Amino acid sequence: MSGASDELYQQVILDHNRTPRNMRALLGATHQAQGLNPLCGDAYTVYLSIDGAGVIREVAYEGHGCAISKASASMMSEALTGRTVAQAHALFDAFRGLVMGKSEATPQDCDLGKLRVFSGVWRYPARVKCAALCWHALRSALDGQGATTTEDKL
Amino acid sequence: MTANTYPIDNVRADFPALRQTVNGCPLTYLDNAATTLKPEAVVEAVRQHYREESANIHRGVHHLSQKATEAYEAARDKVQHFLHAEQREEIIFTSGTTAAINTVAHAFGSTIHADDEIILSEMEHHSNIVPWQMLRERTGCVLRVIPITDDGQLDLAAYEAMLGPRTKLVSVVYVSNSLGTVNPVQRVIDAAHAHGAKVLVDAAQAVACRAVDVRALDCDFLAFSGHKIFGPTGVGVLYGKRVLLDALPPFFGGGDMILSVSFERTTYNALPYKFEAGTPHIAGVIGLGAALDYVNALGLAGIAAHEEDVRDYATRLIARIPGVRLYGTAPEKAAILSFVLEGVHPHDVGQILDTHGVAVRAGHHCTQPVMQRYGIPATARASFSIYNTRADADRLAAAIMQTKELFG
Repeated sequence: MSGASDELYQQVILDHNRTPRNMRALLGATHQAQGLNPLCGDAYTVYLSIDGAGVIREVAYEGHGCAISKASASMMSEALTGRTVAQAHALFDAFRGLVMGKSEATPQDCDLGKLRVFSGVWRYPARVKCAALCWHALRSALDGQGATTTEDKL
Repeated sequence: MTANTYPIDNVRADFPALRQTVNGCPLTYLDNAATTLKPEAVVEAVRQHYREESANIHRGVHHLSQKATEAYEAARDKVQHFLHAEQREEIIFTSGTTAAINTVAHAFGSTIHADDEIILSEMEHHSNIVPWQMLRERTGCVLRVIPITDDGQLDLAAYEAMLGPRTKLVSVVYVSNSLGTVNPVQRVIDAAHAHGAKVLVDAAQAVACRAVDVRALDCDFLAFSGHKIFGPTGVGVLYGKRVLLDALPPFFGGGDMILSVSFERTTYNALPYKFEAGTPHIAGVIGLGAALDYVNALGLAGIAAHEEDVRDYATRLIARIPGVRLYGTAPEKAAILSFVLEGVHPHDVGQILDTHGVAVRAGHHCTQPVMQRYGIPATARASFSIYNTRADADRLAAAIMQTKELFG
């Protein structure tokens, strides 16, 4: 096999799809928002627990979607834990640049780390929204908006 | 014609899109319920119109306009005969099934009042749900929904219990695009008429796989799209009984649908032009005519036999793959297989199948109530047509096995 099975479905993504981390509702979340992709029906709620110093202490999510959206949510939850809100915004911008194939948009000081497994997504325009779905929900949660859809803005 | 004499090699050769490879594999096109491929004859008819007779119609003082008008109106005759309609004036060209249903929702909708009832079914495409919800907003009418059974059939007992003096219209799909069910529309129509209600049949998925006779059915309206029967996109048909169409107001206003216009008073044109405002998709209509010629030459009986053979073969093959669950197992089915592979989201199934050159649709298929009925977000859907073979079903099954392995 070639193509999508190599570029899109890397082992790390398949692993997070099989055993998603932090996939649960978060009681006592300080922020939460829904993300919906109306074209395919993928839907997640992202929960954040942010302390008084602006540090994200816990990230969780629940919902349903394809392997790309689920693995993205799972890896996002790991990447954000312990980061500041400002760092989360920077990581959002960097991740969006990555999945849209605009890596020049990535700030120099922002390390995507493991999230680089999504670097092949931009070649599959139909799947960019899958990878970005939970990240949009994250930003809505941070901005205090209850819901977002992939049709609002990419 | 039996499956053995069906000219599959010739049919495949008629479709240029089948000659390509996708991701290094021969194209296995199984997304026919979304849109069908186009035979050379249709591509050529459209091309020839634009190259040699590109002109506007019904304004025929010059040669090209007369040629274009003749070709356009000849296509109307072809549709009339294809549907066995009594009169050519009963054939209205639209931009597709959606536009045809919206036309009825506005024109017939003008006769609907608060508390009148319209019956739909749970397996309708969004295009046969939303226009009626919009009519409900305008009029305060009531929408009632025929439930579907576990195997994907209309619950006819529930339907017949819904019919009553308030029922004004029943609008149902002939062949479900997401489940494949062939509905007993004759019985639906007869029951509706017994209560004085009119019936609109959404035949978008039906016309390419079975003979449709609007006079035998006695349906009041019927809609289909060109692109699902090997014709161009952006063109479709609304059939309506003349007595109804004559009595109803037009939907779109504009050129070609009038006899005379002044600021004081406008007189509408006769059928079918009353419902064809503006310059239509002339090339598309001509292409649709060529598509119907193609289907007629092949014969719907032979097409049905061929597709039943491939459907049964594919169903046996797919159903025995561990972890595959089929949705839509009614006894009367078109060659549409909607399935879920345990533990793998349908979008991922579709993506991996694509790496093997197998094109399927993944999603809710514009039938979210069907997905809700079965408690699933989406399915993968393989839909077969006149050029598909048992070998295509083999490639589908092999690609599903590879998908299982990757996600295992």
